[in-house]
Amino acid sequence: MWKYILKRLLMMIPVLLGVTFIVFFILAMTPGDPAAIILGDQASAEALELKRIELGLNDPLLIRYFNYLLNMIRGDLGTSYKNQISVAAQVIDKFPNTAILAVAGILVALLIGIPIGILSAKKQYTALDNTSMVLSLVGVSMPNFWLGLLLSLLFALKLGWLPSQGMGEEFIPLLKSLVLPAITLGTGAAATVVRMTRSSLLEVIRQDYISTARAKGLPEKIVTKKHMLKNALIPIVTAVGLQFGQLLGGAMLTETVFSWPGLGRLMVDSIASKDIPMVLGAVIFMAVMFSFVNLVVDIVYAFIDPRIKSQYRKAGFTKKEVRA
Amino acid sequence: MSTTRTQRKQRSLWFEAWRRLKKNKLAMAGLLFLALLVVIAISTIIIDIATNKSYYNDHVIKQNLRLRLQGPSKDHIFGLDEFGRDIFLRMLWAVRYSLFMGTIAIAMSTIVGGILGAIAGFYGKRTDNIIMRFMDILLAIPSMLLATAIVAALGTSLTNVLMAIAISYIPTFARTVRASVLTIKDQEFIEAARALGASDLRIIGKYILPNSLAPLIVQASLGVAGAILSIAGLSFLGLGIQPPTPEWGSMLSNARSYIRDGWHITVIPGLGIMLTILALNVLGDGLRDALDPRLKN
Repeated sequence: MWKYILKRLLMMIPVLLGVTFIVFFILAMTPGDPAAIILGDQASAEALELKRIELGLNDPLLIRYFNYLLNMIRGDLGTSYKNQISVAAQVIDKFPNTAILAVAGILVALLIGIPIGILSAKKQYTALDNTSMVLSLVGVSMPNFWLGLLLSLLFALKLGWLPSQGMGEEFIPLLKSLVLPAITLGTGAAATVVRMTRSSLLEVIRQDYISTARAKGLPEKIVTKKHMLKNALIPIVTAVGLQFGQLLGGAMLTETVFSWPGLGRLMVDSIASKDIPMVLGAVIFMAVMFSFVNLVVDIVYAFIDPRIKSQYRKAGFTKKEVRA
Repeated sequence: MSTTRTQRKQRSLWFEAWRRLKKNKLAMAGLLFLALLVVIAISTIIIDIATNKSYYNDHVIKQNLRLRLQGPSKDHIFGLDEFGRDIFLRMLWAVRYSLFMGTIAIAMSTIVGGILGAIAGFYGKRTDNIIMRFMDILLAIPSMLLATAIVAALGTSLTNVLMAIAISYIPTFARTVRASVLTIKDQEFIEAARALGASDLRIIGKYILPNSLAPLIVQASLGVAGAILSIAGLSFLGLGIQPPTPEWGSMLSNARSYIRDGWHITVIPGLGIMLTILALNVLGDGLRDALDPRLKN
């Protein structure tokens, strides 16, 4: 098992290098002189030149990337052009807020998606199945920022039940302010999970071992849980993992709608003020997070599917045997 | 003689698919709605050309602050927006951006991704490794983030938004085409073509690509839906199409500031986006079932 995790971790390194390089390269193409952005229009030519040297902007792109990488390993993502704050500190400060939102969104997706998907598959082609299929199609097709606006229109402005802006500080206000953003962020993912759960269960449901399990008198609950769901889980877990990437992108929109103080808003605000190091730091941080989630998904596979785990265990044994 | 036979066979495959698709009422409704959108988009472009944009300037972008935020009425069935502009007309004029930009972006990524995927799948080994590892890296960046970064760097012009969306969708298409090339390339008719002395380019263009078209079409129709969502999202963040040009996402972005003042400015543009995406999704599902009946459950 550890070998499997280690192998996955090692495979992440080239991907992360590539991701940082691409994002660095794209944002290095930004027109405009960063020195002029920092010092303003009044700065003299010498002052600008000095600033450029200080920032290392005169170096070739690859050297700049290499320096950025070295600093990144030390936990330094540069300083903001706008207010000279450390980018890393700012990103770490905002990240928990996005993480809370993303986890709540995934919870919404799982709590709605999996039960409805199971019901839909078990009662295929009934009114319940058709309704949930239509609803999930609508859910997939709905732009999440629009859903967010509609929810705040109804629950915040019309009914006044929940806040529509900002994030609560203490536990209860935090929960209250989390409800609408989490539903907004999770609905699209929930709809995808419903569709995935249903089709994946339908593939399992007609297998012979399900009939066997029923024939030997197992209660339906256990047949569903142990025989159907466990075998149908891999595509569902994959879908959830991929949804997490969508969620990080969607978080930008959701956070904008609800003025949620997370990484997405930080990014959008930084783009508006041309604060490139901040955008770079935020994008790289989110891409790294996404890669880690994919890693976790891969590890979860091994827990769900004993075949993956045993592959590595066998490999481990043979090596030991060879050595002995 | 052999060419006529393959042609007849191909035609009947597409004909079969079309026959199956016609039976799917939901997919046909989606197709009809999309056809309507195309008609709207083309008519508004014709009106612009015929009136030299005077109708557009007088009715779609001209502000009339006295009537701002007025609700739906007989004269303005969808009401007026925060600058007193008719929302119905703005919705119609916005169709072209979502529809054509989404389609063009996906067409670009289909071509680039398709070629990359075909090369990777056909040549295999190191070529495959280099191309697909690069695609893996692109896939590791969530597409909306990648698009945002590109627009942030290059600036918010129509072409940059197109480029950003197109690039973020390339890996999906490369993977789709590569997968189907891998299943086709070892079949006998490819071997026969090679034995007859056909070049690699001819084999890819004439035999492999047409045979991997079905999954590509399905993926593309779903891709257009995603691209339209991304364009609307970028515009909502102020990174897409800039005001006063009407675009569904940027209409919603403006509506956000006036959400207290009238429900219609928030509800209607979103409905436009949703119906379009819904139509593309049901069409995509229908195409998948029609082109590959094995996948249907």
